[in-house]
Amino acid sequence: MTAKTIERPAPSGTATPPRRRRRPRGEGLSTVLIHLELVLVAAVVIFPLLWVVGASLSPGDGLGEVSPFPSEATVDHYVNLFTETAYGRWYLNSLYVAVLNMAGSVVLAAVCGFVFSRVKFKGRKAGLLSILILQMFPAFLAAIAVYMLFLNFGLLDSLTGLALVSIAGALPYNIWLMKGYTDNLPASLDEAAAIDGAGRLTIFVKIILPLMRPMLTFVAITQFTLPWMDFILPRLVLQSADKQTVALGLFNMISSEYANSYTTFAAGAVVLALPITILYIVLQRYLVTGASAGAEKG
Amino acid sequence: MSNAPSSRLPALVPGLASALVWGAGQLLNRQAGKAAFYFAFFAGLVGWEIASGNYYAGMDFTARGNGGFFVKGLWGLFTLGTQSRQMTLTGLSEGDNSITLLASGLIALLVLALLAVIWIWGVRDAAAYRATLNTGGPRESSAAYYRRLWDSAFAYIMLSPGLVLVVFMSVLPVLFVILVAFTNYNRDHLPPKNLVEWVGFDNFGAILSGSAWTDTFLGVLAWTFVFALVTTVASYALGFFQAVLLANKKVKAPRVWRSIFLLPWAVPAIVSALVFRSMFNGQFGPVSQWLVDVGLTDDRIYWFTDASNPNLARAVVLLINLWLTFPFFMALVGGVLTNIDASYYEAARMDGASALQQLRHITLPVVHKTVAPLLILSFVSSFNNFGVVYFLTEGGPDNADYRFAGSTDLLVTWLFKLTFETQLYNIGAVMSLFIFLIVGTISVWNLNRSKAIREL
Repeated sequence: MTAKTIERPAPSGTATPPRRRRRPRGEGLSTVLIHLELVLVAAVVIFPLLWVVGASLSPGDGLGEVSPFPSEATVDHYVNLFTETAYGRWYLNSLYVAVLNMAGSVVLAAVCGFVFSRVKFKGRKAGLLSILILQMFPAFLAAIAVYMLFLNFGLLDSLTGLALVSIAGALPYNIWLMKGYTDNLPASLDEAAAIDGAGRLTIFVKIILPLMRPMLTFVAITQFTLPWMDFILPRLVLQSADKQTVALGLFNMISSEYANSYTTFAAGAVVLALPITILYIVLQRYLVTGASAGAEKG
Repeated sequence: MSNAPSSRLPALVPGLASALVWGAGQLLNRQAGKAAFYFAFFAGLVGWEIASGNYYAGMDFTARGNGGFFVKGLWGLFTLGTQSRQMTLTGLSEGDNSITLLASGLIALLVLALLAVIWIWGVRDAAAYRATLNTGGPRESSAAYYRRLWDSAFAYIMLSPGLVLVVFMSVLPVLFVILVAFTNYNRDHLPPKNLVEWVGFDNFGAILSGSAWTDTFLGVLAWTFVFALVTTVASYALGFFQAVLLANKKVKAPRVWRSIFLLPWAVPAIVSALVFRSMFNGQFGPVSQWLVDVGLTDDRIYWFTDASNPNLARAVVLLINLWLTFPFFMALVGGVLTNIDASYYEAARMDGASALQQLRHITLPVVHKTVAPLLILSFVSSFNNFGVVYFLTEGGPDNADYRFAGSTDLLVTWLFKLTFETQLYNIGAVMSLFIFLIVGTISVWNLNRSKAIREL
């Protein structure tokens, strides 16, 4: 339900705290003050981001030499990133895990969410309760156990394994989300189809699935972007140099060879952040709505 | 309808028969198809055990040497191995690997539990069907039964891929961690070199008994609570404030401002945190340099590494985390604000309410009602926040009073270090359980207040 109410972003502002008519004389001053505050916060928000972009374009290597506005900008570090580090390899690894994680999560969450919401079967209640309990168990706790298990069975260092673990880790929450969303879709739709003789699979594919799209979009975006930023799970599961993900590679760059490859790190950070940032800003509505819907449902 | 000779059998007989040999009861009930179905599981269980074991060796039977998947699995789960790796004349002997034994045992136990469900189902089915027959109920062929079953089977078949994944990648690891908490699996007992043993509650005792472990645990726990609480309250407050400002009609181009303020939420946290880490780097970072340049400080400030000033590191971590988290609340509150009916404010104005009164008595309660459940969620996720602290400080500055933890370490980063860096798996497992207990309690409490449970 919140899904519907929060959908629109702040437009022309129906909710203006209506100060203006009461104190017309202070209006000019308060406008200036408000904008002053906005500029100040914007500066704090933008400066670190501007700084890393500047660092990626600065000549030299070290952290001490960079400036947010380099006088002689260079793109050398971006070239170095792909020619002298394994960044391209890491990027492809992350992409592989991200796509697998997204596809697996969307399919499983949609199917299981549909079944839990629409099908009556023995064990449904117990199943939902276990899902609720499982989603409380922080994913990284399982990650640590997975590490011990994989370590002893020699399963470490597999990108597919990493994707499977992250799908499973997020699945209880995603199922819960999809189930809650499907509960709010009118049941009259599937009843009508059932009367027309449609089987359950047909009802799912033809009627429910298209209606699930907003929430599926949310699951798809979050699960696609997660592996790019996730650190703890890949750090535990992946070992060899050619199996690293972007997040791991960047962290190693900054923690091991700190002072002498900072600008290359900055370039790598920009390349990682840019697509995700654009995606988030463009799709912000879906993301904020989805996140609040999850809380609404438990 | 009912069959005269066999109908006099009491319901208990087919039930008992099915309990001894799976499917036998169904056969007594003349349901061959069903009997075959249950028997297949029985045959599978026995066949698996024999095929994976060594039952024809002709020597004395031991679970260690001859047991199959189930017998050896359960033996391993109980003993965790009996023979360590030793130097013999022919070289290193093959010792027991306690942890693989523990894990295989756990898997065997899970499979057995699953089979037990089918077994109970078969016994109850045999008895119940006979009881229906005895009271003159209609016969049902196996085929008809399966057609009826198909309806509920749809749900199970559709759920099974997700179920298998969750059982093996979430449930199994969770159970495994719980078991490890009761062993001495750590850097001094690393299989296959050494055996691991069950130690009961020793690990819990070590953490709670008043040693350096206790100090570390309580210190880290307190800071984790402060971190989660301050983060939640401060980011909600700042987010609310920014959203109310942006909703003001006097603001030019609110969408542009909004998008700018959303940047910290949109940029991957690992990137922002690593950037802040370098900006606050003591030796080369620009913040320290700038403070020296403008003359505010005489020396460079070592924000995250100055062990004499842990609260400075903590404060900076909190501020940076505020930078990361306020935009989400701003977006959330902004969404709620657009949906508050303008007539509320109209009426309040007529009654002569000041802007501040309207904010306090209209805007705040309405927003709070929607956002409250998210506050709990935010608290829990801050409680489990690994990234910010690890990327910024790696737990530093060092704290001499703590064991393997720095002054800004949260429970989760400490847990990570215990497991990954110091290989104290048993202590890490106990920590995991504590964290789960704390987070679980908060979540259950939250759940009880929400409508989620009632909607099951």
